[in-house]
Amino acid sequence: MLSWMAWTWPTALLFIGIFSAIGVLIIAEIRHPGGAARKGVLGLTTTRGDRLFISLLGTSYIFLAWLGLVGMPLWWPLGLSIAWGIFCFWKV
Amino acid sequence: MKTENQKAWFFVLPVLALVAFNALIPMMTVVNYSVQETFGDNVFFWQGLDWFQQILRSDRFHAALGRQFMFTFLILIIEVPLGIAIALSMPRKGFWVPVCLVLMALPMLIPWNVVGAMWNIFTLPDIGLLGYFLNHVLGISYDMTQDPVAAWVTIVTMDVWHWTSLVVLLAYAGLVSIPDAYYQAAKIDGASNWAVFRFIQLPKMKTVLTIAILLRFMDSFNIYTEPFVLTGGGPGNSTTLLSIDLVKIALGQFDLGPAAAMSLIYFAITLLVSWLFYTLMTKDDLN
Repeated sequence: MLSWMAWTWPTALLFIGIFSAIGVLIIAEIRHPGGAARKGVLGLTTTRGDRLFISLLGTSYIFLAWLGLVGMPLWWPLGLSIAWGIFCFWKV
Repeated sequence: MKTENQKAWFFVLPVLALVAFNALIPMMTVVNYSVQETFGDNVFFWQGLDWFQQILRSDRFHAALGRQFMFTFLILIIEVPLGIAIALSMPRKGFWVPVCLVLMALPMLIPWNVVGAMWNIFTLPDIGLLGYFLNHVLGISYDMTQDPVAAWVTIVTMDVWHWTSLVVLLAYAGLVSIPDAYYQAAKIDGASNWAVFRFIQLPKMKTVLTIAILLRFMDSFNIYTEPFVLTGGGPGNSTTLLSIDLVKIALGQFDLGPAAAMSLIYFAITLLVSWLFYTLMTKDDLN
């Protein structure tokens, strides 16, 4: 049934990752409603969802920039992205 | 903390299902395509991130992207001030209000491919009303099928003709929602027309203008039908905007992998610009 979608394990894992992150946020929201809004270092008022969005958007740009400017392998952008995600949830 | 009733979220579920069906699942398929190569028959070969690298480093993509930003920049810088100016000069009450509103809404009611076809016929140098007039009456050499500058002038004018109304209608909606008391207060203070615009009308229109600019950005950044019908991306590649190039790769050459990678990069750019714009415009309201 899903063969037309041409699934691969890496892309499936990517979506499982994103959807689990959203799932974690839903659980966090049920336990602690209000989205944990705060004003971060960028001067923006962000909730948990905003921080996840900024992390993911930044991650896609880190990988695209690395692919375009440097190329394979991608361990460096992976590390940078994890650092960016931690920074987003910690400070932004 | 007071617990809120969250049951209203269940009413969002049908929309979520609809979006999943018509946007999320196709989008996931595009992600799957972007890392594979296919020769048809639903047979796919793993390709990794080669397509992304190839697209990011291709001159063709850079050129199309540059043209796309140029187009969007041009139409925004024309349509937004023009839309505000027209909205300001429209009557606020009386007989002419519905007349103006209907006239303004007319261009938006015309299907996109019809707009493209209309402007194509209108601007053809030998048979089009405008094309003939410019070339044979005024003696200005104008041929959008041969000259890239003329082609650009034509697609930008066409977009301004088609979509300035959207900015007008939204700005007008913002204007009529300003209570008279503001104007009376301004009159008492002896405020100039410019001061009224700068400190009353513009701040009150900010929300609708944010929406107008966002919609015009996204629409113009993803524009396909009108320039495709009008110029077909030519002459040469001079009006080949991103989506036209994307369709050439996906359907013309049937390179689904590179086309999928390109559309994801395209999507990332649209997403970032829209997010940046929305965040900057609404920053003061939220804080």
